[in-house]
Amino acid sequence: MDLAFTDAEQTFRAEVRAWLTANVPDRLPSMDTPEGFKLHQEWEAALHAAGLAVVTWPKRYGGRDASLTEWLIFEEEYYGACAPLRVSQNGIFLLAPSLFEFGTDEQRDRFLPAMARGEQIWAQGWSEPEAGSDLAGIRSRAERAPGGWKLSGQKIWSTRATYGHWLFGLFRSEPGSTRHRGLTYFLVPLDAEGVTVRGIRQLDGEPGFAEVFFDEVFVPDENVLGEPGQGWQVAMSTTGSERGLTLRSPGRLLAAADRLVDLARTTDPGESLRADVARAWIEAEAYRLYTFQTLTRVEAGEPIGPESSINKIFWSEMDLRLHETALRLLGADADLPGTSWADGFLFALAGPIYGGTNEIQRNIIAERVLSLPKEKNR
Amino acid sequence: MRLGLTTEQREFGAATGRLLAEQSGADRWTRLAELGIPGLLVPEEHGGAGGDDVDLLAPIEAAGHAAAPEPLIETAVATGLLRGSALAETWLPRLAEGESLVTVAEPGASHAVGADRAALVLIERGGAWHAATEFATAERPSLDEERSLFTVSAQSTEQVAAAGSAEAVTALDRGTVLSAAYLLGVGRRMIELSVEHAGTRVQFGRPIGSYQAIKHQLADALVAVEFARPCVHQAAYALAHGSPTASRYASAAKSLAADAARLAARTALQVHGAIGYTVECELHRWLRRTWTFAAAWGDADHHRLRVAALLIDAAETGEVVRLP
Repeated sequence: MDLAFTDAEQTFRAEVRAWLTANVPDRLPSMDTPEGFKLHQEWEAALHAAGLAVVTWPKRYGGRDASLTEWLIFEEEYYGACAPLRVSQNGIFLLAPSLFEFGTDEQRDRFLPAMARGEQIWAQGWSEPEAGSDLAGIRSRAERAPGGWKLSGQKIWSTRATYGHWLFGLFRSEPGSTRHRGLTYFLVPLDAEGVTVRGIRQLDGEPGFAEVFFDEVFVPDENVLGEPGQGWQVAMSTTGSERGLTLRSPGRLLAAADRLVDLARTTDPGESLRADVARAWIEAEAYRLYTFQTLTRVEAGEPIGPESSINKIFWSEMDLRLHETALRLLGADADLPGTSWADGFLFALAGPIYGGTNEIQRNIIAERVLSLPKEKNR
Repeated sequence: MRLGLTTEQREFGAATGRLLAEQSGADRWTRLAELGIPGLLVPEEHGGAGGDDVDLLAPIEAAGHAAAPEPLIETAVATGLLRGSALAETWLPRLAEGESLVTVAEPGASHAVGADRAALVLIERGGAWHAATEFATAERPSLDEERSLFTVSAQSTEQVAAAGSAEAVTALDRGTVLSAAYLLGVGRRMIELSVEHAGTRVQFGRPIGSYQAIKHQLADALVAVEFARPCVHQAAYALAHGSPTASRYASAAKSLAADAARLAARTALQVHGAIGYTVECELHRWLRRTWTFAAAWGDADHHRLRVAALLIDAAETGEVVRLP
């Protein structure tokens, strides 16, 4: 056990902090408005110019080859400085790991640098009207066409699709295939002919996700990621890998917990609320330490598999408890849209639902970590 | 940055687990002493292993996993208090040898575990710690019969740590962190017992563990225990390194571990159903350890409020210091 950061890591932290202190803008409008989307893209470009957009990536794609520990430090500093939420996050955190693992050199060169600069914003295309928790029930299909494929069907809850430029998602490419087999991972420009996007307004009133309709949309072969028919493996490969770690860093939660303590200092809460403030802070810290433990295991070469479901339940539920505590501290002042606590609360409410509902995560933990018997009919 | 035990530390825990599984009866304490557990914090010059709180984590978690009733935590707290005192030379070698049992009457408690067999008892009064070798004991009923409690009245005592001294605070933090480590093992074992039961108990033609109503409860208990562990490990590290944040982390660890164990206990009892509510099923031993260890050295509520005081009322209102 050695919980000290190295001198190099401390230097990195100081550099990141200094740059953020000088450059973080005042609160931007929501990224799910036309104006806010553009401002968030400009922020990504500024981050990239400072070498801070994708610190763990190789230099040739816009990164700086930072270690995972340095990445955690970056995240702590980033959210501690109240920097904007990442409009590029679908691309840099969800798609990029699959591109690194399965992409061709040509695909990496074509997509990664533009993603890192915030020029190409990616939407995700997993869910469909009949494929939510049961994601393997995907029906949208891909049919062979000369030089590529034609996509038809519908995706829904596609985050960032309203204003984004590209979509990654799974389509059924083998007629008659079922479940996890016969799916292919496609990279689709949202301005292609036959694509229709309809924004769906979320609880905050803005179209943070969308329905996307595909009507015989032609996509060339070079936009297939991995082998045709292997889409499920490509999409799932990153959940258990070391890069799976980067999907939800403790940084945002730690910053929120520290701000909660500050809020408690100014609101003089009673004993029960004080205990809940402490609980939120402790849980954020526990999440940070759990992440360091995972990092230690990854660096020792141990596999990280279904344990990522343990992670998802913990952070999503603690995030919500933390924000509920903040709203209780604010009392009658809590009902103010556009404040960071109200926005954070709305954001936290989605956590137990997206990325695989917490009920699905509990099934995974029970069956793959605890080895309890599978349900019939599944 | 490395948050995890070494292979050696983990093997030490496994060896403790094997000993506790194979041995029972009165000479088990002697065997534990041969393994070096009661003497782990005793400096080498007094015949101990010269280890620290991090070295104790795996053996203590193994003790919880085995529901071992021996006063391991009390011995560790006593060792820490005696180390800097005039009593060190006399008592530490005897602790390391396993020759003498010591116990502790913790703050706010009128009783000490196993005081009837102890040669030395350390008593907290008004923040100060006192040692007594001549004392009378009277048994006090406990829900946990294997951890029999005794009120202690001492004729004469010798102060070993002054109120508010670093040694006195460390003694509290050590009891807090190690009881949290013990609860990790207790919680883990109750989940294992429940998984075993749910996998074999058939109702409506299926093992009950195939139902989501059972699965989700056990998954939640596992999440709670697994998230408490790194916090307990970090708290032990902070304690061993004399970190200024040691008290805050000790309390954080205990609040998580106590809540996790209580959730695991409640879940395990529900999953077992009526058989779990009997002394014919061994589950009750871990239930009892949960109730007593969750309450010992301050319960989850106490420790959350302690963390709140350290965070919210801290004189320095600037950045909250993290790690180690």
